[in-house]
Amino acid sequence: MRTITYLEAIREALIEEMQRDERVFLLGEDIGILGGAFGQTKGLLEMFGEQRVRDTPISEAAIVGAAVGASLLGMRPVAEIMFNDFATIAMDQIINQAAKIRFLSGGQVSVPMVLRMQGGAGKRKGAQHSQSLEAIYCHIPGLKVVAPSTPHDVKGLLKASIRDDNPVIFLEHSNLYSRKGSVSEKDEAIELGVSEVKRVGRDVTIVAYSFMVEKALAAAEALSGQNLEAEVVDLRTLKPLDIKPVVQSIQKTNRVVIVHEACLTCGLGGEISARIVEQAFDYLDAPIRRVGLPDVPVPYAKSLEDFVVPNETTIMEAVLDVMKGAPKPA
Amino acid sequence: MAKRSENEALLIEMFRKMLEIRYFEETIEKLFFKNLIGGSVHSCVGQEAVAVGICSALQAEDYIISTHRGHGHCIAKGGRPEKIMAEILGKEAGYCKGKGGSMHVSDMGTRNLGANGIVGAGIPIASGAGLALQMKGGGNVVACFFGDGAANTGAFHEGINLAAIWKLPVLFVCENNCYAVSIPTCKSFGIPNISLRAGSYGIPGITVDGMDVLAVHKAASQAALRARSGEGPSLIECSTYRFKGHFIGDPGQYRPAGEVLQWQKKDSIERLRQVLVKRQVLGKTQIAAIEKEVSQKIQDAERFAMGQPEPPAKDAFADIYA
Repeated sequence: MRTITYLEAIREALIEEMQRDERVFLLGEDIGILGGAFGQTKGLLEMFGEQRVRDTPISEAAIVGAAVGASLLGMRPVAEIMFNDFATIAMDQIINQAAKIRFLSGGQVSVPMVLRMQGGAGKRKGAQHSQSLEAIYCHIPGLKVVAPSTPHDVKGLLKASIRDDNPVIFLEHSNLYSRKGSVSEKDEAIELGVSEVKRVGRDVTIVAYSFMVEKALAAAEALSGQNLEAEVVDLRTLKPLDIKPVVQSIQKTNRVVIVHEACLTCGLGGEISARIVEQAFDYLDAPIRRVGLPDVPVPYAKSLEDFVVPNETTIMEAVLDVMKGAPKPA
Repeated sequence: MAKRSENEALLIEMFRKMLEIRYFEETIEKLFFKNLIGGSVHSCVGQEAVAVGICSALQAEDYIISTHRGHGHCIAKGGRPEKIMAEILGKEAGYCKGKGGSMHVSDMGTRNLGANGIVGAGIPIASGAGLALQMKGGGNVVACFFGDGAANTGAFHEGINLAAIWKLPVLFVCENNCYAVSIPTCKSFGIPNISLRAGSYGIPGITVDGMDVLAVHKAASQAALRARSGEGPSLIECSTYRFKGHFIGDPGQYRPAGEVLQWQKKDSIERLRQVLVKRQVLGKTQIAAIEKEVSQKIQDAERFAMGQPEPPAKDAFADIYA
């Protein structure tokens, strides 16, 4: 095990998978010569050449469409859209093509592509560069959606996504790029569709993913000082959703807060809440609380952005709210 | 009988294929009006020469990608009429197990990557398929069919530009049948020919008579050769016309009186029939025999497709994920 950044872990995963399988190639804007807008693909052009690391024009629909077409013929493209907000230009290729071609063909073909996108709020990038749009993709049958929170997870999940024969939407959070963490040197893919308990606790369950996991963990640390032990479940894969660890946790804690950076209305918190009610209703001692961005575009001014984006404090408040009336711990 | 030259054999095969498409589409129309087909079907009657002219210039290992008006492309590429018809009737025996229907028929066995319900969507996908072929080597190409309507989509622009800059082995085939749905090309384009747009991508563009299967075949052969030799894509605009409405049942009131008749006089099958007779490739009796044979083939396809069962309910959950 050694300590590397989330960004470095992404890079390693790409390198290892490209070395392992010559069908894997990359395409996207500024991924080659520039090495990625944030350095995600630094050095890969020199390592693998311009056939396998392809700089494209600003053509999101063609980037995704070309990935679809290449994957139909057995290649394994990893396409990148620079900011997840720009995927709107490629929506037909993602929703009507990548997600559906296998089904429409009656199973004759598969679409083994990965679409990597980064994004998220907190750095004053403004409303068109700060969104979290994972709920859109989770809504579409045929896609898989992954949102890792640590260097270890991002590496293993990216490897698994590239090896998966389905179209995978791989969502990286830009605030995590510089985060350091332990990552194994071994070639280990992490199975998609498996949530993970990141912190064990007896009093309340916090469900989170992506950047909000570290916020949830920070809130949990602070709450520990008040003799409140929170269990943090990191979903890791958003589709297929592994709700089992969440249900098991609620069977123990009886109270749950769901945190995501995406807007509350029709955010994943609604779906997770519905599944919790379906599968763990009898274990709930309080209504489910969701923490998310209010229904506003992400504002630019620091005072406004800091106010709306979920953070350690707002998570703690939600936990304390959900704990009202709970018997004091022994 | 003297051994046929390759050229003559090709002419006969083209004739056969165009007949097959024509009879197939007429049968589909008949079944549609018997309420046996759901949704909409988009007949390519009148446009047979484009499908056959292009596909006859391709090798079996080449790929095509098609449109919502794709039954003809499928047949021209070698698709079996009974399996296409079963798919259109929503039967389990269809190419796509009844999951796709008319607008999504695909047949990987003949390298038909599929019809598509979204206008223009096939263009970037074709570029991707061309990219895979280029990376794998082997000299194969992709023919991408789309209509005049698609030529105004963003996908057209993005997809063709990408193929151009990377010199991908794609034939971009525009079936200009004069109307998107109800809007004629003179109202949606500021230029007289769609092939002029090729210049803005730095690729060759040509407009050919889409009612002349030999002219289409010639243009396709040249474009395929160019693509195979690594010189990149071409845009072939085929001037053609759909004798039916946009969809079966569309009265086509947006078309001026007499226009359909004018184009029917240029019927590509009749033209080829005359060429076959004039060049003494086939006599009238032989032609009649072929027509009867193809008609029987389509009738057999209809019998097969009609007799097949629909897929079981559980199939709704299959083939979503690999």
